[in-house]
Amino acid sequence: MTFFLQLVITGFGLGMVYALIAIGFVIILKCSKAFNIAQGQFVMIGGYLGFTFLVTFNLPVWASILAAIAVAVVMGGLIERLTLRPLVGQSVLAIIMMTIALGTILEGVATLVWGGEYKAYHGALPTITLKVGEFSIPPETLIGIIVSILVVVALMALFRYAKIGLAMRATAEDEQVVQSAGIKVTSIYTISWMIACVVGVVSGIILGGVSGVMVSMSEVGMKALAVVLLGGIDSIGGAILAGIIIGVLENVAAGYLDPLLPSGGGLANVFPFIIIIIVLIFKPHGLFGLKRIERI
Amino acid sequence: MSLPSGIFQESYGQDMAILRTKQQWIWLLIFLAVLFTMPLYSSDKIMTLATMMGISVISVLGLNILTGYCGQISLGHAGFMAVGGYVSAMLTANLGWPFWAALPCAGLAAGLVGILFGLPSLKIKGFYLIMATVAAQFIVIWLILQFRGFTGGTDGLAVPRPELFGYVIKTKGAYFLLVMIIACLATFFAKNLVRTRVGRAFIAIRDNDLAAEVMGVNLLSYKLLAFFIGCVYAGVAGSLLVHYFAFADINMFPFGDSVWYLAMLIVGGMGSTTGAIFGVITLKLLDEAMILAGPALAAAFPAIAAQAAASLSLIMRGLVIVIFLIFEPRGLVHRWELIKAYFKRWPFSV
Repeated sequence: MTFFLQLVITGFGLGMVYALIAIGFVIILKCSKAFNIAQGQFVMIGGYLGFTFLVTFNLPVWASILAAIAVAVVMGGLIERLTLRPLVGQSVLAIIMMTIALGTILEGVATLVWGGEYKAYHGALPTITLKVGEFSIPPETLIGIIVSILVVVALMALFRYAKIGLAMRATAEDEQVVQSAGIKVTSIYTISWMIACVVGVVSGIILGGVSGVMVSMSEVGMKALAVVLLGGIDSIGGAILAGIIIGVLENVAAGYLDPLLPSGGGLANVFPFIIIIIVLIFKPHGLFGLKRIERI
Repeated sequence: MSLPSGIFQESYGQDMAILRTKQQWIWLLIFLAVLFTMPLYSSDKIMTLATMMGISVISVLGLNILTGYCGQISLGHAGFMAVGGYVSAMLTANLGWPFWAALPCAGLAAGLVGILFGLPSLKIKGFYLIMATVAAQFIVIWLILQFRGFTGGTDGLAVPRPELFGYVIKTKGAYFLLVMIIACLATFFAKNLVRTRVGRAFIAIRDNDLAAEVMGVNLLSYKLLAFFIGCVYAGVAGSLLVHYFAFADINMFPFGDSVWYLAMLIVGGMGSTTGAIFGVITLKLLDEAMILAGPALAAAFPAIAAQAAASLSLIMRGLVIVIFLIFEPRGLVHRWELIKAYFKRWPFSV
């Protein structure tokens, strides 16, 4: 029983981070109609930025996070302006290939700058220990859960009360109406990429604190895509719920089934894809996604 | 297509012919003659590159039928190649089948797996379908790893040299000829498929699938047929790849290759057989240039020598896709047509 609870708790923490990564994807999709496959690479860059600021420059935690966010804002803005802007209105394939190419470039840059090696910064982030009954919650998991909740609350507040957040929601609803109300849609695109980049980088710092950073960390983006599909690609609430579901299921399934499978299992890596196929066959629009009616 | 003046079509057959002038026939024969005598005067290095290009051409032609003509985007093509490669490897290595029997079985198996993962394509399209094919890639590789009793798992599987009519294909030149014969047949089939009823149905589905359905195109069967044909090509290519190295290994079919095949299609020009070939040649040459440039770069910047080569090829691959999507979205074949038109109309061209 303790083993099961332990799996559920760590899965929950992991799921919150997946949800965070998925939210970045959903924000870009809603505001600029672009499918961002490079979200996982943002996370990887975030992890390396955390290492650079926390360990190499030895900055305090708050300064490191602010510095990483500053880099993320610049990166997101540049990516949108230089590569995605020329593709507005193009086919899905063009946009997806563009973001995959961006992901490849980011991986190349990370290899060039950080050497593509495994870097860890355990203990650089603050830790909180919490004991419930007989088992303790791992401190990194707890930090992950707390930060994820903070970011989600901040985003909710942004979309509800801030003028720019309202403008972004309106853009998701109808671009032409927004333009006639005097809001510049192109700057909304840029801001949505910046926010997604920041969210990705923050989740990268959390994940890096848990398990260290390496270039292949960007595969977490694939898990975020499973989360997005399960939750419905245009629903932030769905992304949070689906993130928790997938995080818990993956951890429990890997914990119990991996010892039974040959070749050591590795179920955690293929699990998101099995979810993707099941969702696509039985419920293509996810749990909370909007169904679109097509006309000729 | 514009023809030189003085040539008149008198029958439907003449009008539909792919090669319509004597000149085109002569050029084709010269090209084939040069291609098939290449082993006589080329080094082993060039033979390897050309064989790899031939295998990629077969694979990308399949992807072109599926994505370029039928509009069903697949980002799991390397996974389907892995199915073909491993089926062929298991048949020859474990069961002792001859190569000529294993090759069609590899194509068939990949085609059937393609149909399986193409099944969701009736309900979903665009981004959703891309995710289904990405999932196909990773699930196939995972399954290959799990059934290590048959596939060798992470250790890989040694495959015997192919044997045709009692002749064991050992030299690079002989294997090159085999690949080129299959590549030419594949090109011939792909070029002609588009002109049939099936090809026209594919194009109708690509341009507007709802309209195609209203016109009486059976969406399910034609989409599945596109998946089948595209994946048969992939399976044959995978089988040829495995037999070339006489070894099957999952690292020969990475996800990055699936992306790269789609990039070849974009660089060459979607929905064009010629474009697929252009794309393969261009990007394979680029890959080769990166391999050559790696050591030079490492020597120039000793501080980052260790990671320079790896990161350079990643950045190059990404940049090529970015540049083509922004500046030449219709691919090299479009530019080629423009250049041809320029010279044909000279001195009246702009």
